[in-house]
Amino acid sequence: MKDRIRKATRHVNQNEGLIFEKSSSGKAAWKLPPLDVPEVDASRLLGSSERKDLGSMPEVSEIEIIRHFTRLSTWNYAIDLGMYPLGSCTMKYNPRVNEAVARVEGIANGHPYQPEKISQGALNILKKLSECLIEITGMDAITMQPAAGAHGEMTGLLMVRAYHQSQGNARKKILIPDSAHGTNPATAAMVNYAVENLKSDARGMVDIGALEAQMSEDVAALMLTNPNTLGVFEQDIHKIADILHAKGGLLYMDGANMNALVGKVRPGDFGVDVMHLNLHKTFSTPHGGGGPGSGPVAIKKILEPFLPTPVVVTKSDGTLGFDYNRPHSVGRVRAFYGNFGMFVRALAYIQANGPDGLRQTTEDAVLNANYIRKGLEGAYDLPYSTATMHEVVFSDKLQAKKGVRTMDIAKRLIDYGFHPYTTAFPLIVPGALMIEPTESESKEEMDLFIDAMKSIAEEVEEDPQTVLDAPHSTRVSRLDETAAARKPVLRWKPPV
Amino acid sequence: MAYPTDRKYTKEHEWIQSSGTTATIGITDYAQESLGDIVFVELPKVGAELAIGKTFGTVESVKAVSDLYAPASGTVTETNADLATSPEKVNKDAHGSWMLKIMLKNPGELDGLLSAADYEKFVAEEGGH
Amino acid sequence: MRYLPKSPADREAMLKAIGLGSVDELFAPIPAEYRLSRDLKVPRQMAESEIVDYFRQRSRENGEGYTSFLGAGAYAHYRPVIIDSLISRGEFLTAYTPYQAEISQGTLQSIFEFQTMICELTGMEVANASMYDGSTAAAEAVMMAVRLTGRRSVVVARSLHPEYREVLATYATHQGMPLSVAGFGDDGRLNLKELGKSITLETACVLIQSPNFFGTIEDVAAVAAVAHKHGAMLVVSIAEAVSLGIVEPPREADVIAMEAQSFGVPLGFGGPYCGVIATREKYVRQMPGRLVGQTVDKQGRRGFVLTLATREQHIRREKATSNICTNQALVALMVNIFMTVYGKVGLKELAKQNLAKAAYAATQFAKQGKVLFAGAPRFNEFVVQTSEDPHAINSRLLRHKIVGGLPLNKFYPELGNAALWCCTELTTRNSTDTALRLVADHDGSAPSAKEEAGVEEVAR
Repeated sequence: MKDRIRKATRHVNQNEGLIFEKSSSGKAAWKLPPLDVPEVDASRLLGSSERKDLGSMPEVSEIEIIRHFTRLSTWNYAIDLGMYPLGSCTMKYNPRVNEAVARVEGIANGHPYQPEKISQGALNILKKLSECLIEITGMDAITMQPAAGAHGEMTGLLMVRAYHQSQGNARKKILIPDSAHGTNPATAAMVNYAVENLKSDARGMVDIGALEAQMSEDVAALMLTNPNTLGVFEQDIHKIADILHAKGGLLYMDGANMNALVGKVRPGDFGVDVMHLNLHKTFSTPHGGGGPGSGPVAIKKILEPFLPTPVVVTKSDGTLGFDYNRPHSVGRVRAFYGNFGMFVRALAYIQANGPDGLRQTTEDAVLNANYIRKGLEGAYDLPYSTATMHEVVFSDKLQAKKGVRTMDIAKRLIDYGFHPYTTAFPLIVPGALMIEPTESESKEEMDLFIDAMKSIAEEVEEDPQTVLDAPHSTRVSRLDETAAARKPVLRWKPPV
Repeated sequence: MAYPTDRKYTKEHEWIQSSGTTATIGITDYAQESLGDIVFVELPKVGAELAIGKTFGTVESVKAVSDLYAPASGTVTETNADLATSPEKVNKDAHGSWMLKIMLKNPGELDGLLSAADYEKFVAEEGGH
Repeated sequence: MRYLPKSPADREAMLKAIGLGSVDELFAPIPAEYRLSRDLKVPRQMAESEIVDYFRQRSRENGEGYTSFLGAGAYAHYRPVIIDSLISRGEFLTAYTPYQAEISQGTLQSIFEFQTMICELTGMEVANASMYDGSTAAAEAVMMAVRLTGRRSVVVARSLHPEYREVLATYATHQGMPLSVAGFGDDGRLNLKELGKSITLETACVLIQSPNFFGTIEDVAAVAAVAHKHGAMLVVSIAEAVSLGIVEPPREADVIAMEAQSFGVPLGFGGPYCGVIATREKYVRQMPGRLVGQTVDKQGRRGFVLTLATREQHIRREKATSNICTNQALVALMVNIFMTVYGKVGLKELAKQNLAKAAYAATQFAKQGKVLFAGAPRFNEFVVQTSEDPHAINSRLLRHKIVGGLPLNKFYPELGNAALWCCTELTTRNSTDTALRLVADHDGSAPSAKEEAGVEEVAR
């Protein structure tokens, strides 16, 4: 290991097998209280539906479980350990007060079907958060039902379709920029819209001429991320909105990059008709290894009749309730009301910040990204010279000359104590390095990151093999993904 | 690389080798090189109809999926079962690994395809990636 | 602001390094006409103590301390404390999706174990790393069957959770998937005759739930026979995961779409929960959601990676099996730990206790109402028909801090004054007896909660 790596060093780290490999009959981590009702004969009650055998489910003690998962956890990188420079993921600090308030009894244990009379707490939280998000986005109404961004995209497009249908023509296509996240076209297909690609121009923004040419009465909407996945704010956003609206189309905004906008500008003000938010990005709810998320969809008034059912309403007696009488609703996109636990966390985040905190957060996020951009300019190729906001995209063009690609640089970054940035996305930049620090990074952490990236660029020149063989410091290195895909082994099997 | 002259090629990097009314189809060495380690090949069932230029299946590597485009129209008579268990054969020998055999609907379509020399030139221009 | 780790001096130094005078210059790309020059109208910045107070107050307004007999797709089970101890570790809580396998082995290995245990419990060969919840898992499982069979129509049991049916209808509307609903018989199970009438050679799958919405265990083998005879697939939804401890899993199913909330996930007013899809190996390439596979690294060490990613949105884009990206990973970890804590013996004992508690309650209820669907076995829920309107009964119970069974007239009006009651291992005999006494007490002469000493708080 080079002594120029300042952020991380080696340490003895526990091994741990699969929990099944520790299992042994007679061990237990559970105990139930004695039954206070008569015992039942399961065979008599269930007949042939009785299950006799739970196969190779494990039997282990509590301390083994604690050690098992604790050891496993030490093999993970996490925000609590350091920066994730992942573009468009907004890996910001997950405040602990969020976790504490989500666990308060009446909130954690509320049943979704309990009477409205004793659900005023939850309903108030729903209403308060909805109001805050509507204000933040500059929209008119919101649904909190979708469980994640992709789910929100689907919900948003369902409402777009319902709207067009109510206007007499459901229309056939959705325009999607070539810089878009994969969920965008995947979602359009799920809602039975054809996807038409929209080219970006030399500045990395939507090509207005192309949009004008492709816009027609067959286009239901344009799905736009703003700032886009290059971190560039669509300066012609008003022109874009006008072109769409002139032919009766709608502007959908993927809110993944809201971290560049909160408190500084509102999508509703610049012509967006429908957008989703990612509470697990902009609003600090934890990523938890891949989820849960929450993808509320904010809309303009024209789409209000189509909101998923139910909606929160204030009744004549002043209490809150759910309204199920929604004849034009697109229906439900999931059972119950949404990932309520994430609403609690997002609201706590907004409360901890207030208007000034939210604005400062956005300013810091954009300042941080530009600081890193400045720090890495020269060491890495910058394909677009356009001003960027909360994220920046470099390419591996300079390093490719030595046979080193973005994925290799990313793997070497791991040795320097960082999680990699986003590799190979957006698709319009071959060999992309997509970097978003978020506001949660200190100058110290960012200087370490800049140093690390510059050092790796030097290593590519002096000793490319070190980069190509990286990572060198991890428990496993360059796992065989081909074998995993050719002959998938997706579960443990007991030895025969 | 010198591409075998006993067959024709498409711009989507498929090859087709015909013998009268039947033909055998596969992908070129350039294709397998670009895809990287192939993990899965999805082919149509026997009896399926192929239409020239339309997709008929996919080839997957770990990180990417590519559509397969029909070099000619016809009915599928046989598919290479080997590829279901050993897709890596396509990487090892793309020109020797056939994917499917079809009964040609219109053998004249092959006249519009690229010869080995033309394909080689096409690939040289496209290359430089 | 206390989450922001930069001092004014830091910011100045950074602006200088970039060569800018002020942060405002960084927002110049936003057209001036849109730039906000006012504060957002959100609550002012609060101290941590104020935030905690706010939610404590909301908690008091949300049924804190009430005893509940509600089930209907969301179940109150005891959550072992080590679940939160472990998932609160920053390395699990604040970790990203495990795309970079070398530094995500903790997450990946635990998902591999999760997939294994779900297979063991459901009798299926492969399971994914989670879907949003049971309702969307069911909808996605149906779409899987549509892709696999190449057929479009679907037959759905009316005994499937009504909100799951609504979700399926939403997903199906734009996929051109005609849905037909087959009713239930006097035994509460899917009526096989009606199924026979609805199913055709165009049917992609039959979708049932077992135990179903009424708590009744379906005759899965019989339904499977009908489905398979017509070349259709059988998709079975499981909403009460604890049932798998004592009830045979639907082994004849082609796809199982589960809700694993019962395994250690808080009720949380409806979410986040944990859907899972499990199926046979031959269908794995049409399965949505993330999958973790075992492999080796270049030194031959065992490790785990996300695999078969070509099914997913980030590669396949508009041809993906689903648009799902973020799943329910942390919640699946809770489920994982729960399954590990109870394990082979504990899950069975837990399920038996649930069976016993519900059987006791049903027996008592039968003395003052009609317990429906007696002709088939059930797990921990049952439907009771009373002479009195269940809403009135529940108002009476509520005054005593008891939440009664879910009135069913909204979903099944033909059942009249029916309500769905659920008992779990947390339901004490005392609460059941008290609730029943209040149910019987039509004229409301029983003492109220203040006078009544016997209503125990259920340990949660």
